[in-house]
Amino acid sequence: MTDSPAVAPVQPSAVVRAGRFITRNVLYVYTAFAILYLMLPVAVMALFSVNDPPGKSNVAWHGFSLDAWLNPFGVPGLLQVVETSVAVAFISTIVATALGTLIALALVRYNFRGSAATNTLIFLPMATPEIVLGASLLTLFVAIGQPPFFPTNFLTILIAHIMFNISYVVVTVRARLYGFDRHLEEAAMDLGANELTTFWKVTFPIILPGIMAAALLAFSLSIDDYVITSFTAGRTSTFPIFIWGSARIGVPVQVNVIGTAFFLIAVGFVAVTTVLQGRANRPPRPARRTDTAAQPAADRAFAPAPEA
Amino acid sequence: MGVRRWIVRLTPYLLLAPGMLWLFVFYVYPSVQMFISSFWSGTLETGFTFSFDNWTTYSDALERYQPQFLRSLVYGGAATIVCFLIAYPLAYTIAFRGGRYKNLLLFLVIAPFFTSFLLRTQSWKIILGDDGILFGPLKDLGFLPPEFRVLATPAAVVAGIAYNFLPFMTLPIYVSLEKIDVRLVEAAKDLYAGPWRPGGTIAGAVLGGLVGAVLGGALSYPILPLAVAGAILGLVIGTFLISESFLRVVLPLSLPGVFAGSLLTFIPAMGDFVNAELLGGSPQTRMIGNVIQSRFLDNNDYPTAAALSFILMAAILAMVAIYARILGTEELTSAR
Repeated sequence: MTDSPAVAPVQPSAVVRAGRFITRNVLYVYTAFAILYLMLPVAVMALFSVNDPPGKSNVAWHGFSLDAWLNPFGVPGLLQVVETSVAVAFISTIVATALGTLIALALVRYNFRGSAATNTLIFLPMATPEIVLGASLLTLFVAIGQPPFFPTNFLTILIAHIMFNISYVVVTVRARLYGFDRHLEEAAMDLGANELTTFWKVTFPIILPGIMAAALLAFSLSIDDYVITSFTAGRTSTFPIFIWGSARIGVPVQVNVIGTAFFLIAVGFVAVTTVLQGRANRPPRPARRTDTAAQPAADRAFAPAPEA
Repeated sequence: MGVRRWIVRLTPYLLLAPGMLWLFVFYVYPSVQMFISSFWSGTLETGFTFSFDNWTTYSDALERYQPQFLRSLVYGGAATIVCFLIAYPLAYTIAFRGGRYKNLLLFLVIAPFFTSFLLRTQSWKIILGDDGILFGPLKDLGFLPPEFRVLATPAAVVAGIAYNFLPFMTLPIYVSLEKIDVRLVEAAKDLYAGPWRPGGTIAGAVLGGLVGAVLGGALSYPILPLAVAGAILGLVIGTFLISESFLRVVLPLSLPGVFAGSLLTFIPAMGDFVNAELLGGSPQTRMIGNVIQSRFLDNNDYPTAAALSFILMAAILAMVAIYARILGTEELTSAR
């Protein structure tokens, strides 16, 4: 901006002006395109949920129809697989969030022998390709009890989902714990609270957003998992397995309806929690900028999660 | 007092125990079992017997599926490069120019995650279809030859992988950029860091040409035109967009994010088989993941499949170890 000195005002050359124009605008235009690119498949999915294809194949546009939305489970078996997926996601989220939060507390709060090894063991499942996680679990189930073998079913899906969710929960909750002001706990103790009271009245409410973010992440990972589930499901079917199975013969419109509905529910849920958190964290005016208030709610809800 | 001290010392282990037990039983032990299973012989009906003589499974598998291994490496690498090229400017804009829309933009980056990965890939199949909603009109208008296709080519598979793992690259880069103190950039400018010319022009052209050539080679497209296009694009970017303060301050400080992001993209990309199946589907785009899945689930050939998985895992862990050595594990495994 100080290219033209005050002594001899020179018109900046065409190259310099072009350069300034580009640097000023190109990043915004680029970002708009990148976001468009990211959202395009979601938009296409939603668009094809109101398609009216004559046959089974839903890959070309045939005309607008709300039939599938009015009868979302009109395909045999679809209701059941959605129920299975939601049940697996719920149970695995609860178990993995509990186990992972305990691990995160231990890792951040205590210095103990083996913490480096624990960190590595937490990291490894995230560094292992999903296909290897699924395959190794399958070999385990095959190896237990020759020839009838360990039956793969709902339970084995659940085992696998809890396993891969633990690491993500630990990483997410741990990120929240690192920014924790220990003085708050010391203050509670000074005021006569014992360890347990301090935990439930001070620590837990502060790390709760981190735990919620972790649970949200675990739920979305679980409900969307195809690769690991395909190895551990046996004859049990989940929503992703249903999609995969129907991909060859043609995905029914109803599948797009369910996918779009999941998307809208998730977005709505996040929007509501963000607004509520923003309201809860807004400091009374006039107020000192505290650590919690300075960081916008959505930042905490999302930024830590997938940086795994 | 003694009991109390013991409780305090034991607390971390008690907190760890349930989760760690789960990981031991359902992650560590299955990995060991997979190694054992790769030395099995027999069938599902007769049961399996273990013998170290079955090490030939490894040499056979490596020999037979060498092309698929190589393809996974090439596609995974190409997808990681594409992800980086898309993600860096995106993360940069959100971190430095996002302003009040920062959180909204971040949300939009991860929003596609809220719907099924398979359905998104299926959507790309609709978009990229030979006469689909993108190429159909272009072909009708005569902009593209009728035989033009993207589906069932390596480009479709790499594009699908890059799309699906883009947030894994964007978020770590964003986090490391976000941490940079803007005053450092201001200081650099005060110390006369200006536009980076002509160095940026030359470096941009060379790098752009190289990336174009590598991607062309990986996707089996004509290398020369892609290299030239890459060089021109790189030249423009290097001339106008890369400043000295970016090169000397921002870029070096964001490298941890770039490394973490590449790892998070490359690992799942190498093991992926969904994109190769849905968007590729031809034998020329089969990756090692497709082989492992069909060996396990269609052929019940557990020994070969276990050997292939073990090789894949060992290769990836070796790469992770090298990365961790370069960066320090804490930087890599912690979410700070």
